[in-house]
Amino acid sequence: MDFQLPDYNLRMMLPEIFLFLWSVVVIMFDVITRRKKGDAVGYLTLAGLLICGALLATTGYGRGFGRMFFNEPMALFFKIIFLGAAFMAVGSSFGLMREKIVNHRGEYYGLILMSTLGMMFLASSQELLSLWIGLELTTIPLFILAAFYKDDKLSVEAGIKYFVYGAFSSALLVYGISFLYGLSVTTEIVPMKMNLAAMFIHYGSLGVVPMIAVIIIVAGLGFKISLPPFHQWAPDVYEGSPTPIAAFLSVGSKAAGLVAFAKIMINGLWAFWGAEHAPNDWGYMVGIMACAAMILGNVVAIRQTNIKRMLAYSSIAQAGYIMIGMVAVNEWGLESVSFYIFAYMFANMGAFAVVAVVEDKTGSCQLGTYRGLAQSSPAVSASLAIFLLSLAGIPPLAGFLAKYKVFAAAVSMASYNDAYTWLYWVAGVGLITAVFSLYYYANVIKQMYFSGTVSPYRLKPGVPAATVIAIGLIGVILFGLYPEPILKFVTDIPSAAGVIPR
Amino acid sequence: MEFPILSSLIFVPLLGMGVVMLLPKESHKAIRWTSTIISLFPMFVSFWLTWDYFFNFSHSAAMAYVEGPFNWIPSLNIQYYLGVDGISVPMLFLTGLLSTISLIASFGITNRVKEYFAFFLLLEAGMMGVFVALDFFLFYVFWEIMLVPMYFLIGVWGGPRKEYAAIKFFLYTLFGSIFMLVSILILYFTSEPHTLNMMTLIETSPALSHTLQMVCFIFFFIAFAIKVPVWPFHTWLPDAHVEAPTAVSVILAGVLLKMGTYAMLRISWPMFPEALRTLSFWIALLGVIAIIYGALVSMAQKDLKKLVAYSSVSHMGYCMLALAAVSSVTAIAGCMFQMISHGLITGALFLLVGVIYDRAHTREIAAFGGLGAKLPVYSGIMVFFSMAALGLPGMSGFISEFMIFVGAFSALNKVLVGISVLGVVLGAAYMLRMVQRVFLGEFDIARWGGLKDINIRELVTVVPLMLLTLFVGIYPKPLSILLNATLEHLVTLMAR
Repeated sequence: MDFQLPDYNLRMMLPEIFLFLWSVVVIMFDVITRRKKGDAVGYLTLAGLLICGALLATTGYGRGFGRMFFNEPMALFFKIIFLGAAFMAVGSSFGLMREKIVNHRGEYYGLILMSTLGMMFLASSQELLSLWIGLELTTIPLFILAAFYKDDKLSVEAGIKYFVYGAFSSALLVYGISFLYGLSVTTEIVPMKMNLAAMFIHYGSLGVVPMIAVIIIVAGLGFKISLPPFHQWAPDVYEGSPTPIAAFLSVGSKAAGLVAFAKIMINGLWAFWGAEHAPNDWGYMVGIMACAAMILGNVVAIRQTNIKRMLAYSSIAQAGYIMIGMVAVNEWGLESVSFYIFAYMFANMGAFAVVAVVEDKTGSCQLGTYRGLAQSSPAVSASLAIFLLSLAGIPPLAGFLAKYKVFAAAVSMASYNDAYTWLYWVAGVGLITAVFSLYYYANVIKQMYFSGTVSPYRLKPGVPAATVIAIGLIGVILFGLYPEPILKFVTDIPSAAGVIPR
Repeated sequence: MEFPILSSLIFVPLLGMGVVMLLPKESHKAIRWTSTIISLFPMFVSFWLTWDYFFNFSHSAAMAYVEGPFNWIPSLNIQYYLGVDGISVPMLFLTGLLSTISLIASFGITNRVKEYFAFFLLLEAGMMGVFVALDFFLFYVFWEIMLVPMYFLIGVWGGPRKEYAAIKFFLYTLFGSIFMLVSILILYFTSEPHTLNMMTLIETSPALSHTLQMVCFIFFFIAFAIKVPVWPFHTWLPDAHVEAPTAVSVILAGVLLKMGTYAMLRISWPMFPEALRTLSFWIALLGVIAIIYGALVSMAQKDLKKLVAYSSVSHMGYCMLALAAVSSVTAIAGCMFQMISHGLITGALFLLVGVIYDRAHTREIAAFGGLGAKLPVYSGIMVFFSMAALGLPGMSGFISEFMIFVGAFSALNKVLVGISVLGVVLGAAYMLRMVQRVFLGEFDIARWGGLKDINIRELVTVVPLMLLTLFVGIYPKPLSILLNATLEHLVTLMAR
């Protein structure tokens, strides 16, 4: 037997290779300029992300490294989201760099790029081990970033907490993967599904092992997506870490978890024993977790007085909505997941950008600081109000269309497939908790607008932060009114992901 | 291409909002006049529309001035589709008129003027949109988009408990809307080919299974009943009305409540005739409860604005009673008459309560007395509208209530209708008691000696409403001609 080298096709990995080199460039630039040129490092990072986006556009679809690396529509779409989230996180970090992190800017930006690289690699991998490595590359820089305020107790606590939880969940994930490997003798996702199906047909049953694997993997990924009962790290970590990092965690890292989930659970495991038994494999479990996320996230968020903690619970709830789309595995399902996270990126990154601007000015994230802000800084307040209304799902903003798509996915699956009638209840829980969510989003608006006093703080976001807020606004409003191009793009995702049409 | 009349009703106020936002914050006068002048456009367009519809289209039930359907979001089958018929034209008229009147009535706002007028124009755009949209998604967008400016208008410029009232209104209506959303999705996925076009769905939906019809009907009913509001979903209304600034109360009572009944007639009534017939007794019962309950609670009120607010619950109860009498064109026409007449009368009552509140800074009924001697013009107008509200013949309220009773008596349970007639007596009781205690009796010269009578600007706001109340009351024929073809078509749809 002669060993054949796979077709590397490195052109497919051009954006990733570039991003890796650029992160080194950013760190080196900071060192060479003796850490004097703070803003320049940031702009360099932004430029790198833009160039990477351009490279991504030229790469197109195709395979690399044999079958390990595959650029398909979902990978491409999520890479855009990762780059967008990184861009917005970097853009809202400039204020922080002036005040708080003066000595390690290069590392800060470099680590964000590294983490983005991990996400992008993960989105393309078609094989469980490289997927796991991508996930590790995503989270390890984030452990450091969460603890970046070295002298701040909360930040260090956030870092440690995130590290312990993250390491544990990665271990779980790799343990689950080992079960799957043991059953199917391959780590490639699509052959794995075929092997499992063949074994199922041959033996008539696979026993309890696949179930254990599924539970462990869901637990491992549940940490990344912050689905209850694996969500407890989120509020503390968001509160302690630098605000742009919290934003990046809530969008980028969550999206990475979702891609991994879609790849393993939908491409790899969904209905390998036939569509008629489908919800038995992981549908019920994830459906219940989604309900728990929506109820818990939305109810606990009401009681928060720190806006970052509130947004943390809101992001737990949003993960629940996204998982509705994931559970409704039909042609609407993955589309809705993709569109949801896309719309969520603009609204959530925008909201966090405003929070960062407020924090830079006032040094506080308490809701009370927002009192009367509408009169001293009308533009920033209006932006935050629009972001929050989009998160709450008020039309015609993009967040509404995202929720509409998710619920539509659930209702369509429930009305076509008798095994999925329980999705009506999941959708019902989602809709009712969506009403709860309005309460705490509106509470921030109330603080900003309804108070008679004028806030003493006049917010003047710098150019990068203002750009980030503007991008968020354009995204939320434009893709609410004219989502057609994105919807067209996401329609390719389910078929490429191997979802069986109904 | 023809001039897009209906779109202009939506987009001119929206554009106006943009213009107002560009004006400097301090120039209150410019902001007030700009927004009022902008709102004249949709008002005159809606007048012209009523005129033109009356002469050219009122003979048939077909949609007029149709725009679209244009593809808006093709991958979700969402269309931009507008059109009007006999039930939406009067609503547009009311919206156009009351919006301008409310803007004029808002000249007294001195705090954060720019935001106020910008939100008001956004509100107008949303309301116009609801009455012209023929695509479910579009309808839902307008239905929801309106909540945002309303939330701000109550929450920023409202009374002492404004924050509570604003969020209560927002949450209540949103809670209703999610039920509507589920129904919309069910209808979408059960139709073949999938569509959100209301006109198509009206044709196809009676073919659905009985259970599905009932579910959709009840879900739509919850959404719309919260807006009307039907007892027991009415509790947001007194809070919102009492805390809202005068002009916003006018819009709430005059237009927003009508959206609920309008949506029933436009959507759920013709779509699910079978479910409607099954449930018509219960709908009538809810209507009767609202009539009696609203009237009794009004009688107990110490606050003028609260009294008017609860009288709205009672008056909208007549609409529900009429809507339950599905087989009778007279009753449904009575419902439309009641919607219009309630918009005119209650709108005016809120304006008048605002007038006295601006001067006396209290709305407590017991604080006044004998105002008739000091404020003759104001008292005259107020008594006029109180009479209109209690259904004095010669005014629009009488016509509508009479039509409702005549129509409902033949179509519904006679005992139920008999009980509801008591509402008229109770209505007279609370209105007359209020008139007696506020305008007659001893005048407290030490306290109210300095009160000034109604001024020209305030007269401009109420006199058109007076004239229309009289016009509809004395010569209701044009309105009934305008409605007739559409309502007859509706009744045949509901008899399927």
